[in-house]
Amino acid sequence: MFEDLSALAKGLGTTLKVLFRKKVTVQYPDVPKIRAARFHGRHELRTYENGLEMCVGCELCQVACPAAAITVLAAENDPANPHSPGERYGYKYQVDLLRCIFCGMCEEACPTDCLHLTGDFELANFTRESLVLQKDQLVNKTPSGFKVPGNVYPPFQGRKVVKS
Amino acid sequence: MLGILFWLAVKAVALAMSLVLSAAVLVLTLRKMLGYFTYRIGPNRVGPWGILQPIADVVKMLFKEDIIPRDADNIVFRLAPIIALFTALAIWAVIPWGPSDKLAAYMSDPNAGILVFLALGSLSVYGVALGGWASQSKYSLLGSMRATAQMISYELAMGMSLVGLLLMAGTTRLSGIVAAQGTGHYYFWITQVVGFVVFFISTLAEASWTPFDLPEAEAELVGGYNTEYAGMRFGMFFFTELIHAVTMAAMISLLYLGGWNTVSFLSFIPGTLAFIMKIMFVLFIYLWLRATLPRFRYDRLMNFGWKVMLPLAALNLVGTAVYVALWAPKA
Repeated sequence: MFEDLSALAKGLGTTLKVLFRKKVTVQYPDVPKIRAARFHGRHELRTYENGLEMCVGCELCQVACPAAAITVLAAENDPANPHSPGERYGYKYQVDLLRCIFCGMCEEACPTDCLHLTGDFELANFTRESLVLQKDQLVNKTPSGFKVPGNVYPPFQGRKVVKS
Repeated sequence: MLGILFWLAVKAVALAMSLVLSAAVLVLTLRKMLGYFTYRIGPNRVGPWGILQPIADVVKMLFKEDIIPRDADNIVFRLAPIIALFTALAIWAVIPWGPSDKLAAYMSDPNAGILVFLALGSLSVYGVALGGWASQSKYSLLGSMRATAQMISYELAMGMSLVGLLLMAGTTRLSGIVAAQGTGHYYFWITQVVGFVVFFISTLAEASWTPFDLPEAEAELVGGYNTEYAGMRFGMFFFTELIHAVTMAAMISLLYLGGWNTVSFLSFIPGTLAFIMKIMFVLFIYLWLRATLPRFRYDRLMNFGWKVMLPLAALNLVGTAVYVALWAPKA
């Protein structure tokens, strides 16, 4: 009897405490959700600080992808007007988000740290075509902090890329 | 004569409207508070702080398809929510809501007010019982069976706990009971503390409020007696339940917390406002209990009602009777 009543009082005390505690609700569409630092979201291809693409068209991401979501076609760089430092660049780059499982293996495989999964997770759309991201959707034109490394073959001449 | 009738009609409409409004406010507060009690913030989408949520709910219910099951008893099925809502509102015909020195703050104040309250409280079972029976669904029927058994069991304890109070007050007129408590510190919740506890628990059961919400145990009975109801018919049951909670809180404030009387240093508060504040306080405790307690098991509910509450109420009655007969100052 006494135990029951004290248990009752304890329960009431607990709920009363919770009443005045901070609430955990996230007002999601109004207030952006804070993601974990290593959240795996939409892909992005980064650029060097001078505006050159970091992707060298090695296709390692395509090989690493367990869901076969990535398609890369490489092409030779025109030495006078290169897309990327190095011999080749990603001529065609597709990420099929409908296949992608956001495991991040592509990100790990990338030798130039180009491919990278952003925190962007609001990916819903109405057509299948719009969810196969093409290269122009993937390349982030804002230069990342990366500098062109000194050991690129053929040696990088320091030319600026012509914006097409 | 006509003037009196007109005045009564105006009061009745105003009272019914404010009751429905209070139910709307209560459902919003309920959802908000239950949110706050569980680390959430409750509804906040419709209007500032979600205050228009009840209106949105009612609009939704009004526009829902009105489904009547094929096998349901057509007339009784339609009648049941009306009976439920009617009895819930009719109780307020005898509940005064303020001091009547200047204005008659009641619909009627018969000298057997408390009996009318108990009688209409018992009648309210009919809405639930008929609704569950007419639905032709086993969940509804189980829910209404539970409701009937529960309300009848706890009505006994409730009535018994009130007898002690009536002995102390010497009247069954509700305004008389309030007057008997005076403005001092001798409200009946102190002098009748056992009866108060029993009555409070019984009101929870009467309003089928958690932990006594077995009639509508969602987890076990889909929705209980209102499973087959849709649209505004469901809404009427829903409002009935909330109005019952308000009614019970009002009765607790009237009978045990001194009604519209306040202690002397708070006497600047208008009587009706004090009464409403007391109702809100009791409703807060209702919400608090709802956020805390799990539902009773059915056999324990019955055990508790018959083997604990009823004997306690009877003991309280005997004790009070002895006190009144031997020691109480003669009026």
